[in-house]
Amino acid sequence: MPPVAPRSGDAIFANVERVNAELFTLTYGAIVRQLLTDLEEAEEVNKQLDQMGYNIGIRLIDEFLAKSNVSRCNDFRETTDVIAKVGFKMFLGVTASVTNWDADGTCCSIVLEDNPLVDFVELPDNCQGLYYCNILSGVIRGALDMVSMKTEVTWLRDVLRGDDVFELQVKLLKHVPEEYPYKDDE
Amino acid sequence: MVREVSESCVDSLLTEMVACYCNRFYANKPELAARRIEAIGYQVGHQLSERYTMERPRFTDHLEAIKFICKDFWSELFKKQIDNLKTNHRGTFVLQDNKFRWLARMSIDPSTDNVSPLEDITSPTAESKAAQAMSMHLYFPCGIIRGALSNLGIPCAVSADISNLPACSFVVRIKA
Repeated sequence: MPPVAPRSGDAIFANVERVNAELFTLTYGAIVRQLLTDLEEAEEVNKQLDQMGYNIGIRLIDEFLAKSNVSRCNDFRETTDVIAKVGFKMFLGVTASVTNWDADGTCCSIVLEDNPLVDFVELPDNCQGLYYCNILSGVIRGALDMVSMKTEVTWLRDVLRGDDVFELQVKLLKHVPEEYPYKDDE
Repeated sequence: MVREVSESCVDSLLTEMVACYCNRFYANKPELAARRIEAIGYQVGHQLSERYTMERPRFTDHLEAIKFICKDFWSELFKKQIDNLKTNHRGTFVLQDNKFRWLARMSIDPSTDNVSPLEDITSPTAESKAAQAMSMHLYFPCGIIRGALSNLGIPCAVSADISNLPACSFVVRIKA
């Protein structure tokens, strides 16, 4: 049987169950506000958002692989390209681009010009240091962990801090070889 | 065209919010976790009802506002209306959703969470743990309804009844 062609982000998005983005945006906003009240420090909130995102990412990758028909990506470059073109469209309905590769092919930027998480959002002055969308960096790190790529994800540009786009830097730290849970029978 | 995201985004976010408050912040204080989850829902409901009533004249009575929640508000969130609305005409309303979307993927069978001997499957601890996890998730939609109604001028208390899964009833008690 010939392999099924990978599906585009648009095709998947058109077929998944979708909900009003405002519910998602306002729920996320309410969670961030509550975390700021409970944790008080912006840095602590950043850590918690990253942890929440990581826990979400390790589960979303399963749905992504199940629905996208993506076969094994051969390298980090191909992986980030698929995340940007298919993953962001499939889940958030927006397109991301990959740019700023280094010479080794182990570090790049994912750029978002549109982001449903920040509709209606303004940061007050006492929230300096908060990375409002830090849950996204956790999601990406968690998803990549599940396909054996240890990464470090950091924010380079943030619209809520006055930049014109969101830019995430994704750096591959280690490619973990796959370990099988069984040994070959002699 | 209204902007949409994948349902998985909302489902994942809600699951992780509940896990965050119940298992990390207030692991041994379920009442505090519940209050926080309800407060988040209240904020969401308050804001959503603001948006969904922008071009609408003021509601003339409580029943009209409750009907708005059952029809337009629920349709925006769940793409269906509340299935049944009952009232005792003394300030209590029961809104029943016969297949509540946010419970549809939750298992009531405790054995799927922790594989255990047969005797333990029916133990009160295992069952109450599953029921507690489910009830924690319900503080969020209860908060949404309370927030929406408060914004429409109706202070109330909202609780959920899941005795007929996957149906879920929301009991709204209006404060005099």
